Amino acid sequence: MTAVPVPYLVVDRRRETEESVTLRLEPVAEALDDFAPGQFAMVHCFGRGEIPLSVSSVQTTGGLAHTIRNVGAVSDGLCAARVGDLLGLRGPYGTSWELDRARGRDVLVVAGGIGLAPLRPLILSALAEPEAYGRVSVLVGARTPGDLIAREEIESWPTAYTRVMVDWPDKEWRGDVGVVTQLLGRAPFDPAGTWAFVCGPEPMIRATARELADRGVPKERIRVSLERNMRCATGHCGHCQLGPLLVCRDGPVAGWDVAEPLLSVREL
Amino acid sequence: MTGTEAPEALAVLDRDGLDALVAALVADGRTVVGPTVRDGAIVLAELASAAELPYGWGVELDAGRYRLVRREDGAAFAHSAGPQSWKSYLHPARERLWSADRTPEGDLSFTADEPEAPSYAFLGVRPCDLRAIAIQDGVLTGGRHTDGGYGKRRKRALLIAAECTEPGATCFCVSTGGGPAADAGYDLALTEVVDEGGHRFLVRVGSEEGARLLEQVPHRAADMVTDASARAAVDAARDRMGRALPPVDLRTLLGASLAAERWDDVASRCLTCGNCTMVCPTCFCTTTEEVTDLTGDHTERWQRWDSCFDLDFSYLHEGPVRSSGRARYRQWLTHKLSTWHDQFGTSGCVGCGRCIAWCPAGIDITEEVAALHAELETEKETER
Amino acid sequence: MTPSITLRMPHALPPEHRERLLRVAREVGFRQGARLFEEGGHADRFWIVRDGTVALDMHVPGHPTPVIETLGEGDLVGWSWLFEPYVWQLGARAQTPVRAYEFDAVAVRLMCDDDAEFGREIGRWVGRVLSHRLNAARARLVDLYGTSTSGGVR
Repeated sequence: MTAVPVPYLVVDRRRETEESVTLRLEPVAEALDDFAPGQFAMVHCFGRGEIPLSVSSVQTTGGLAHTIRNVGAVSDGLCAARVGDLLGLRGPYGTSWELDRARGRDVLVVAGGIGLAPLRPLILSALAEPEAYGRVSVLVGARTPGDLIAREEIESWPTAYTRVMVDWPDKEWRGDVGVVTQLLGRAPFDPAGTWAFVCGPEPMIRATARELADRGVPKERIRVSLERNMRCATGHCGHCQLGPLLVCRDGPVAGWDVAEPLLSVREL
Repeated sequence: MTGTEAPEALAVLDRDGLDALVAALVADGRTVVGPTVRDGAIVLAELASAAELPYGWGVELDAGRYRLVRREDGAAFAHSAGPQSWKSYLHPARERLWSADRTPEGDLSFTADEPEAPSYAFLGVRPCDLRAIAIQDGVLTGGRHTDGGYGKRRKRALLIAAECTEPGATCFCVSTGGGPAADAGYDLALTEVVDEGGHRFLVRVGSEEGARLLEQVPHRAADMVTDASARAAVDAARDRMGRALPPVDLRTLLGASLAAERWDDVASRCLTCGNCTMVCPTCFCTTTEEVTDLTGDHTERWQRWDSCFDLDFSYLHEGPVRSSGRARYRQWLTHKLSTWHDQFGTSGCVGCGRCIAWCPAGIDITEEVAALHAELETEKETER
Repeated sequence: MTPSITLRMPHALPPEHRERLLRVAREVGFRQGARLFEEGGHADRFWIVRDGTVALDMHVPGHPTPVIETLGEGDLVGWSWLFEPYVWQLGARAQTPVRAYEFDAVAVRLMCDDDAEFGREIGRWVGRVLSHRLNAARARLVDLYGTSTSGGVR
């Protein structure tokens, strides 16, 4: 049947950067099915519309969180939501990171900007079972220190290797300077035995995945999160087509073996 | 049907029988939709009686051209696809999906829009359109998620096919794997015969509902002559297609042609108006709109047809992914003939020819595909 | 060599040349804040970082010295030693305590002159490092993260 949103209550709102906030949501009555990290919800802002948003946190209680950047009318409305407000959610939609497939292997997480948000629950899952995975590395890139989300939390993660790279440091910045791909040569991972999880803007995904493949990570183990215009999220509206893929159904998470030939065709 | 197969229930209706059929459907409370003449075209509309069928009208088609012509024989179904298809009824251009209400206390509720689906009877569904309906069934109800409104309308719809005896100059169904005969997916299939034996319709029964309906109207058992004439006319139609797609693996051809120069050529003629997507019986794309009333406490989510030729269709962040006409035409054609297989397991083209007739620039899908094929072959030659 | 450097070097230099180069390496350490070289100085050495972070910076009078880029484990520090007039284009400072292999540029250039194949491989290696840094710098010019434009499924 046609999916209708379910009311969720905003229980917490945290400003992440100048233009993004994280909303923590709890179902008012009935909860949606459990979301897996990497999947997304269609989030409805009353009177404005719906946008797809990946989950940046998933809880066993049915609660979840979304990190939202203010880039349009709907996200503007969602960013302005206050604790106690009600939103409508549909989902879960799309493919997930499928972290389980990386059991026994090194896990390399590469995030650009707000792309860290959908990777956050994956990182927490991997760290919750340290014996199940090899070395867990987290590489984060952002334009400026002010564009970083979850800054304190990043530092608290007991990973094998965590580095944050910014393009433009401010006076207080004592971390790395450069683009996130430059960290790929420094992080400890065995390319042939690594699963990489990459999320960020498309140019960053392309640059990162290309370099990982170049370093010997098998393409199907480079998992990237794709993005296209989405209206329905149920595979019926046709908007999110990327060649043979319906990104809402066959993505957002896909292997680089599938994504590379599609992202290399202009205007596909 | 070939001679070796078990004969199915065959009957013959005359024009009075067809009148009675429509009357029975109306009496059953069904909304009967069929072809009729309006505004210089054969359109689909709600019919009160079979008298509204386009008796004595045919069509003359070409790329960018559609004209009604008078027919001497008075046939009702001797025309090919008009500007509309059945998706106008099953997958309407505008549809409310759900509405949301906010109370002064801050409560929020969402209500699915679930109006009683009309009980349609489609009269005169062409075999190409039968296949188009099956394709949309796959897209809208065959996956993990179901378009509820479509599903309900489709389930309640009765399909009375009219086999094709008069293919148009823009028809190419045979080259898409189809043909002028109705082979599946109908409740009743009619084949119109007009000769010295009179004006009559050979009827094949495709479902129990169809059989039940036939029982309600005066008919007679099929005679050899009517049966043979009907078969002969349909068989002849198979060889009279006005156009054809090249007989190659189109899925592979289009998949290998993403960088073809032909796209620039077609883009120089294409107006990106989206007519082809509107008239295409399988094109299903939609967008959504938020409509809020003046109180600001009631908002509705509407779905409406969209077209991959629209610039906003692929809008991401600050602009469209497919900004050029070249990319948008390539998307449409490649989706139709190639990536549709990846997404839904079939081709998206049934060869009805509507996109050719209703293109204001006269762009002909069969000609474009042939050119892409020729370009790829030349490329292969050069590589050898 | 630390494992990460062993992993990175195959990406750069064929094993026989790598070993030849490392035979002339000297292990050095820099305390945090120490300067490796200054913009405009004579480029007579270069380094491969074993661990720690080296910041490349630029001197701007009246301003805090801006960091252009940071280099870490396995990274080559300095390339001006390979090209005339052998003058550092930027300054370098140990942002953390740094351990590194240090190389005498004159000695390595002589080795290059003596053995054309070795010289070619060294040239290729430095060229690849440079192309990598150029690409990174270009990515920073166009805003790889699309901070001003990104959104959607995030």
